[in-house]
Amino acid sequence: MRRFVAEKAKRALSSYLLSSSRSHPSPSLTSSPLKFYSTAASMASKLNPPVTVDTLNPKVLKCEYAVRGEIVTHAQRLQEELQTQPGSHPFDEILYCNIGNPQSLAQQPITFFREVLALTDHPALLDKSESAALFSSDSIERAWQILDVIPGRATGAYSHSQGVKGLRDAIAAGIDARDGFPSNPDDIFLTDGASPAVHMMMQLLIRTENDGILCPIPQYPLYSASIALHGGSLVPYYLNEGTGWGLEISELTKQLEEARSKGITVRALVVINPGNPTGQVLAEENQRQIVEFCKKEGLVLLADEVYQENIYVDDKSFNSFKKIARSMGYGEDDLSVVSFQSVSKGYYGECGKRGGYMEITGFSADVREQIYKVASVNLCSNISGQILASLVMNPPKVGDESYESYMAEKDGILQSLARRAKALEDAFNSMEGVTCNKAEGAMYLFPRIHLPQKAIDAAKAVNKAPDAFYAQRLLEATGIVVVPGSGFGQVPGTWHFRCTILPQEDKIPGIISHFKAFHESFMSEYRD
Amino acid sequence: MSFIKTPAVPVESINPKVKDCEYAVRGEIFNHAQRLQEELEKNPGSRPFDEITYCNLGNPQALGQKPITFFRQVLALCEYPALLDSDEAHKIFSSDAISRAKKILSTLTGKSTGAYSHSKGAKGLREMIADGIALRDGYPANPEDIFLTDGASAAVHMIMQLLIRSENDGILCPIPQYPLYSAAITLHGGTLVPYYLSESNNWGLEVFELKGRLDLARENGISVKAMVVINPGNPTGQVLSESNQQEIVELCRKEGLVLLADEVYQDNVYVKDKKFISFKRIIRSGYRDDEISVVSFQSISKGYYGECGKRGGYIELCGFREDVKDQIYKVASVNLCSNTTGQILASLIMNPPKPGEESHKLFFSEKEAILSSLGRRAKALEDAFNSMEGVSCQKAEGAMYLFPRIKLPNKAIDAADKAGMVPDAFYALRLLDATGLVLVPGSGFGQVPGTWHVRTTILPDESKIPDIVSRLKTFHESFMREFQD
Repeated sequence: MRRFVAEKAKRALSSYLLSSSRSHPSPSLTSSPLKFYSTAASMASKLNPPVTVDTLNPKVLKCEYAVRGEIVTHAQRLQEELQTQPGSHPFDEILYCNIGNPQSLAQQPITFFREVLALTDHPALLDKSESAALFSSDSIERAWQILDVIPGRATGAYSHSQGVKGLRDAIAAGIDARDGFPSNPDDIFLTDGASPAVHMMMQLLIRTENDGILCPIPQYPLYSASIALHGGSLVPYYLNEGTGWGLEISELTKQLEEARSKGITVRALVVINPGNPTGQVLAEENQRQIVEFCKKEGLVLLADEVYQENIYVDDKSFNSFKKIARSMGYGEDDLSVVSFQSVSKGYYGECGKRGGYMEITGFSADVREQIYKVASVNLCSNISGQILASLVMNPPKVGDESYESYMAEKDGILQSLARRAKALEDAFNSMEGVTCNKAEGAMYLFPRIHLPQKAIDAAKAVNKAPDAFYAQRLLEATGIVVVPGSGFGQVPGTWHFRCTILPQEDKIPGIISHFKAFHESFMSEYRD
Repeated sequence: MSFIKTPAVPVESINPKVKDCEYAVRGEIFNHAQRLQEELEKNPGSRPFDEITYCNLGNPQALGQKPITFFRQVLALCEYPALLDSDEAHKIFSSDAISRAKKILSTLTGKSTGAYSHSKGAKGLREMIADGIALRDGYPANPEDIFLTDGASAAVHMIMQLLIRSENDGILCPIPQYPLYSAAITLHGGTLVPYYLSESNNWGLEVFELKGRLDLARENGISVKAMVVINPGNPTGQVLSESNQQEIVELCRKEGLVLLADEVYQDNVYVKDKKFISFKRIIRSGYRDDEISVVSFQSISKGYYGECGKRGGYIELCGFREDVKDQIYKVASVNLCSNTTGQILASLIMNPPKPGEESHKLFFSEKEAILSSLGRRAKALEDAFNSMEGVSCQKAEGAMYLFPRIKLPNKAIDAADKAGMVPDAFYALRLLDATGLVLVPGSGFGQVPGTWHVRTTILPDESKIPDIVSRLKTFHESFMREFQD
């Protein structure tokens, strides 16, 4: 009987489907905004095999991310070769100078942070008498404080979609202490690293390829990649290499006007401060000009401030764009600013934990609701990252048991970074045809190489960008992995590469000497 | 002089796909519940209930479920490896947790959880997961085909982004579905092609329905790229029979559809006559690799582990060409990698303590306690709903939800219309206001037009279930009295 009914239903459905195919749309879901199919004229054919590269989303095909691109894949192959056949290359190990990944190169995490993470991952430890001997008292206290703001002390539960409220309170307090201007925890969205927050903003602001985002050239290629993925247009503004990678308002204005004349609606301005790959720290006056520019032109200021704790020069300091705007008297009604911070950089280097946040100010309630809604679709960011973000913005204070060891670790790391930055900068500047601006901050050097014409021709002959050609030869000769400047953008006709300052300090002399030796040999080969 | 300032970003100027997307699980009813919670905190006694009971979200640990001890021991040791060298370690950590942590650390870049890993996830952890998959299915898994992600949701977005070019690309989705799919399809500009599960057949998935919907979409110019199957089902809780799975696989092969197999509830099956069979196993036992493309999604958020907040999960790709996998890798690399805690947990759930190992006994008792309790709670709530006037509820064979159907009287529907609300949202709001129980209206998941449902989780603590049942029944009786035709 049931089979008969099923057959009858089948026939009824088939005939229903046939009859409804042209005349009316299928049953609609009354309230839900689920979209059904349009009535396009052509028949769509089925695909066999289902997925080939030419049927993929073209925005995916278009986007690039050089930091883990071709040169790195090549390096990984060489690394495997070294493992299976030691001695097969003129170097013993691959030295990854391509990515800001400090703990992959032996930088140690901050002890206090990891104590707190272990305790919050396994709160049962807090009830064990042995823990008093294993953990500092302030890490135990902080773990309790954190657990107390997590509902039910459940560190495995999805949190509020903006992140645990109590952790956002701690971060807001840290921002306030840093800037001298209050921060609202409801403006903070904790994310799995700063990268997803960047994607969220690009997705929000970009409607079509007629929406443009002003980006520095050179830039960290997350920006170009996410703009491409979300279908927008990157509007480049060139940093001035001759003035220490200065950001000139005249250049911003020029690029903005040119974009507008082509029909692009420019929505936002990305500023990376301290800069990546360029390492400059903006002067306050420069920052004020940028704020004025955004206000005047109605642009959202996207302030990538993930290197705020990486400053190596005494004559510069970090000023958040929010602080600058507030100190100019600009409030929520005057300017939209999104500030990005991450646990991956600074002296903490917790890349693998994927923690970060964006602080959004100057957005109307209805737009904020939309941002919240998008955050809610993926529920929340990972709790360990959230906890780390709260620790980074609220580290041990004077008088805390861990304060001295914390400061020793922090200073040790930052001073070493400064020394390494200087050593590599000097090394590059000593090389023929190479000039390197100072790394005032961040974790990179972006030297310019004046490549001889013969080298450029050799590169063309193998269908590679000249800087990619140089980087590949460097890798094959020395095992050192740097990222070609073309991955970041540069003034056409100039060539650069980005090298991190992160290899262990005792390896730096070796890296310098091998690099110099390679460079001399390369120039000998290709000198005009 | 003051003047009206136009914000740089008026809501009309934001991406319309963002405006269109919805996610009911943390939507309006949830926001209302949070407001009530704040009120209760400020004015205790201001409502006819003492607390808000969140039955809207599959978030076990928020409702008292404890994490698996072994897993958290391993995590703590990996986060703070100095513990491994201490004398006290052996007193407070099991020896197998210590050895597992050491093994895991040895596989990580820089031997640290603090470094970005490979963009697919640490190779050694992928190998452990591949081993776990092979043990589960009886067919090998390739670590190179595994991508670890911040929860399964991030992977769903990645795949939708990959496959959808324009609104002429369609993705077949079950109705009712977990609204991540509708939201992700909207955000990535595609078209959701619905196929209706058959409620009277315990939410069965019928191939002629699939085929009918597929053909209709194609006639309307939609290029249908993939089919989502959620097994065990969310919100519907059914576990597919093997023969049903075979029909689905055959349809995908014949029609050139990518099979998107959401299997995050694979460790939540409560009935003895069904078990979880991965779609990959179905394919491996009957098809060549190049015949069909499958993406299998798994997560650490569900099962008996419930580690939602840690954000761990993975996809396993089968039957994809190398150049396509290269593109997937490229997209994964833009965000560098997923969080290492989630990666570690994914390797643990796919490779838990085995009999004979020190932690096995405790592990097994924790696991069994959680799963048997879930089975009991599912039954208690299912029976409760079936006892209510005008309510019918299919069995939850698996997953974490019940999706009862409520036959609302016309007077209630009219009242809802007057209030500008969808009838099931009206019912859910009344329920919340009267009892503090947060259920999600069926319209958030999709349903056959003219039918009304609500989704509840089975997750509140077992001791609270009788009270929840009585509150539900009392409210329902009163609601039906108020609106009886």
